Amino acid sequence: MSSRDRILGQIRQNKPEEVALPPVTTFASHFENTEDKFREMLSLIYTEVIVVKNAEELALKAEELYKGVVNRATTIPALSAWADFSLNVSDPHELETVEIAIVQAEFGVAENGAVWISDQYLPHRVLPFITQNLAFVIPRNALVNNMHEAYVRLQDTLGWGCFIAGPSKTADIEQSLVIGAHGARSMVIFLLEGE
Amino acid sequence: MSKTVMEHADASEVFNRDEPYVNWHDETLWFVRQKRDKSSKQLPEWEELREAASGIKHYVLSHLDELLISFEQKAKENGVQVHWAANAAEHNEIVLGLLKQHKIDKMVKSKSMLTEECHMNEFLQKNGIEVIDTDLGERIVQLRNEPPSHIVLPAIHLKKKDIGDLFHEHLGTDAGATDPQYLTEAARQHLRDKFLTRRAALTGVNFAVAETGGFVVSTNEGNADMGAHLADIHIACMGFEKIIPKQEHLGVFLRLLARSATGQPITTYSSHFKKPREGQEMHIVIVDNGRSTQLGRKDFRNSLKCIRCGACMNTCPVYRRSGGHSYHNAVAGPIGSILAPNLDMTKNADLPFASTLCGSCSNVCPVKIDIHDQLYKWRQVLAKEGHVPKSKEIGIRAMSTVLAAPRFYQWSGRLGRTVMRAMPFMVNNGLNPWYKQRDMPEPPKESFRDWYVRNRKN
Repeated sequence: MSSRDRILGQIRQNKPEEVALPPVTTFASHFENTEDKFREMLSLIYTEVIVVKNAEELALKAEELYKGVVNRATTIPALSAWADFSLNVSDPHELETVEIAIVQAEFGVAENGAVWISDQYLPHRVLPFITQNLAFVIPRNALVNNMHEAYVRLQDTLGWGCFIAGPSKTADIEQSLVIGAHGARSMVIFLLEGE
Repeated sequence: MSKTVMEHADASEVFNRDEPYVNWHDETLWFVRQKRDKSSKQLPEWEELREAASGIKHYVLSHLDELLISFEQKAKENGVQVHWAANAAEHNEIVLGLLKQHKIDKMVKSKSMLTEECHMNEFLQKNGIEVIDTDLGERIVQLRNEPPSHIVLPAIHLKKKDIGDLFHEHLGTDAGATDPQYLTEAARQHLRDKFLTRRAALTGVNFAVAETGGFVVSTNEGNADMGAHLADIHIACMGFEKIIPKQEHLGVFLRLLARSATGQPITTYSSHFKKPREGQEMHIVIVDNGRSTQLGRKDFRNSLKCIRCGACMNTCPVYRRSGGHSYHNAVAGPIGSILAPNLDMTKNADLPFASTLCGSCSNVCPVKIDIHDQLYKWRQVLAKEGHVPKSKEIGIRAMSTVLAAPRFYQWSGRLGRTVMRAMPFMVNNGLNPWYKQRDMPEPPKESFRDWYVRNRKN
């Protein structure tokens, strides 16, 4: 008998009597203002939130924030003139030298400051991790209150996706918080006003 | 492990020799517990969330076979290869086989308590495979040749000076440097080179979703993603209890996990893997290793609900004052003490006694495992099956004789008080474990009963 069948057989023999799923597994969060909560949570995890009216203002802000930085990459067409690093590479290892990536993402979660990004928005999964600094652009109206709403919104996860909340961090040395463990050392979130 | 293992009480005694150090360890973990309290109180629905999580996990235990089959089928449809391992040895062989098949002899690994449980690193190293742990805390303990002392905070037992010295020796940092920022940067550079050059990455699994065949891996550092997205082959290893029915249930568990673990509202990265990227191979190893036996133990099966947040360790007065290594098991603390006897009763018979049964662990558990009840029940099982040391057995028997005979109890109480006053050295000596690290109070002149009998008349 294969290990698979042995394991499943033993589970069948030993599992407890059937119970039903609990009736309630989602909860509503009532924040006075969803965007304020989102900002508040992100300020606690060292992330700046900047509202921009349109693509032009986004480009200006990007220029201002990352002045003098080389190896700038983006997935946003309106920033193509700003970028000097092409994401059109076949091997993700080539992204090693990216200093800043400004990336379109789908939506944000107010209760924890997380932003959902997935294959749909990325030419390479490793980009938001390998870049030294990271910025997301999400529509200003694309904010949900909590994780229950988030899962209603994303329905399916395609091939791969990730909730990212702030820059990479660790506290493994005497519980001292250090920003920039393996992933991005800094994070900015642009909220783009509706078009 | 061929080394002779010290029992929890003996190892704790060694741990307690340095009082300022123990106090520091105690306070550091209590601080994490307080962060958990603060964070959980932000959510008015916290208790309902715990109830929901426990209920979902209960459903999981009663439908495990169906959920695993559904998960396997969906994962295969997603292009993921699924392997089943009945025990640690099979798990290790599967991983080794995959690496050999790809002629890979170097691998990066993010945190996986399962691979600790299976002693995979040792096995692979013996077979010529270099494994680099990439979580900072895990890399630190790996360089020290010791296991993690905590499932979430692997190097919590170390002071920054220890880490400074270690990095000076292995990573060439300045002698005497102890700044966490500086040391973390050195590790970042050291590990980035590994991420960029390794063709295989192994990760753990926090949650596997039966409905989609996908799985979620949570980290703060980003190491699981750095490894998995750069490697040609991603191997994800999971104990079969990691399964949850639906994707929407992740809402419940991700809200509880980080808040319970460190007080964060969510970990920095909650990565949802479903299909391999183009040209990549993705494998999932589903492991039993005693879990199906535990499932059959009515009193102990709830331990399989555990989501490995570590909250029970941070709150445990015994863990905080004895350190994770005293538990000589991959998972330490209260939860480890109810999982370990299932794996080996003889070797782990001491662990259910490493508790005051205060119940704090059960109070903070996000999936409401009755941890302290199970610790108590394991004691009965272990005693009945003859795994309790003779000294403890004799003590307990003497105690039950005394407590069962009221007159004898009164007499021995009086005797004890007299002896303590007249000849304190009779009790205050090295033979009495109650005198370790503590002083006894002054013995009272009379017992409450004597006082009551004397005063009732008034």
